[in-house]
Amino acid sequence: MKLLVPVKRVLDYNVKPRVKADGSGVDLANVKMSMNPFDEIAVEEAIRLKEKGVATEVVVVSIGEPKAQDTLRTALAMGADRAILITSDVRPEPLGVAKLLAKVVEEEQPQLVILGKQAIDDDNNQTGQMLAALLGWGQGTFASKLEVAGDTANVTREVDGGLETVALPLPAIVTTDLRLNEPRYASLPNIMKAKSKPLAQKTPADYGVDLSPRISVLKVEEPAKRAAGVKVDSVDALVDKIKSLGVIA
Amino acid sequence: MSVLVLVEQLDGRVKDATLATLTAAAKLGDVVALVAGSGDAAVQAADAVSKVAGVSKVLLANDPAYANLLAENVAALVVPLMADHDAFLANATSIGKNVAPRVAALLDVMQVSDIVAVESADTFVRPIYAGNAVATVQSSDAKKVITVRATGFEKAATEGGSASVEPVTAPGDQGKSRFVGAETQESARPELTSAAVIVSGGRALGSEEQFHALIEPLADKLGAAIGASRAAVDAGFAPNDYQVGQTGKIVAPDVYVAVGISGAIQHLAGMKDSKTIIAINKDEDAPIFQVADVGLVGDLFQILPELTEKL
Repeated sequence: MKLLVPVKRVLDYNVKPRVKADGSGVDLANVKMSMNPFDEIAVEEAIRLKEKGVATEVVVVSIGEPKAQDTLRTALAMGADRAILITSDVRPEPLGVAKLLAKVVEEEQPQLVILGKQAIDDDNNQTGQMLAALLGWGQGTFASKLEVAGDTANVTREVDGGLETVALPLPAIVTTDLRLNEPRYASLPNIMKAKSKPLAQKTPADYGVDLSPRISVLKVEEPAKRAAGVKVDSVDALVDKIKSLGVIA
Repeated sequence: MSVLVLVEQLDGRVKDATLATLTAAAKLGDVVALVAGSGDAAVQAADAVSKVAGVSKVLLANDPAYANLLAENVAALVVPLMADHDAFLANATSIGKNVAPRVAALLDVMQVSDIVAVESADTFVRPIYAGNAVATVQSSDAKKVITVRATGFEKAATEGGSASVEPVTAPGDQGKSRFVGAETQESARPELTSAAVIVSGGRALGSEEQFHALIEPLADKLGAAIGASRAAVDAGFAPNDYQVGQTGKIVAPDVYVAVGISGAIQHLAGMKDSKTIIAINKDEDAPIFQVADVGLVGDLFQILPELTEKL
């Protein structure tokens, strides 16, 4: 069974985003970029399925600027087998990404596509569901557990009320939540090995997909700041404060 | 503009998140509520939402296929209905986030996720980068598909409306997924996302036992819902549905009490719109104090029992 894992290059998890002075977006010049953390979980899950003998090949794909190649190399160093880089000048939206991925799926014929549930830059949480829709496949979103048994994927999902399990006939889409696994670090020998793993370069035109954006960003601002609070020095003072809020009788 | 809203209900009661989404929908146009469900609960929910102020019509799809609002089945129901509507709105909850993008892709629409304000019929405000930036975006799609963050909108009044309820044809089970089961926590406490007061615990609680022993009595005293940081959930101190943050629940209660939570940006993203934030932490430099209205530096194992007793 072949697995496809799309990955996105985003502002590193630990870097505090700075809004550009002209309000056009978040400043991404000269800041650390990394693989979207949810995508790392997706890569890890795919590699584990291969290690368990459920999957035979893990293909990773990224869509975006040429530097997304670094993100793909990271995935290869973790243990993915080969990579596809689709370079685009336009910053693609989830719908465009899903359309491109649907074409990649057509070509690669994976039985399972595992994606991060959202990218931590735009926080859209759309691509996996959109891809499932375009392919007419079932979707197991926000997965905290994935079991593949025969031609079915059993996905335990993190939902607002707790956990929920769905069974999906393969092929299917799974999107990852935080507690699905803890991604491994790539070892130095594996990082070296990853440099010689195959990486195919493509463009959206190769797939005949139009990435023209549907949404325009009019402005990006800093969120309203909270006014500075006070520190109290005793439990009694805190009790007085809480009572003054009128939340208890 | 005609706006179709996917209603979420529990045992026939319309969820608070849906009441907020109905308010957002009313800013766009004429509101039509869609209840997809199974059995009496669906009928009761349709009746309840027909009384909500501002709802002009209720569509009821009553079929076992909608018992658990599986995205595959709900999207197949919504897409043909959208021939008569200009926008589809769902809650930015685990259900809405699962269903709406599937609807959007089938309509060839780029969804606007997680809006907190409506500027005009095509322009919306939404947080990005875990709330570290706020974007104003304009959609050029003829039809809109939108998920709504409940904390951005007032809840619509549950009285005052008198909409008609019309049954709609249910395409039924699409056979693309099957509901196996759920593990949900039954709790007498208020729902986390709509509670007036929340007491949240972090990793500093040290263990599941101590989380229960210290957080619960305080929450009882305050009539509060219980939340947790991701670190506490990952450590197994609290179940996943307690998680407040960028990828957990977004809350904005009147009072949020953060106990032993350092305040990672991903946590702050989920609670910084709370009216009053109270923080208890032993590290006086913890980032939580930068957003807290009232802070107390000290050992939570001493402070919490004393606080609970004195309240």
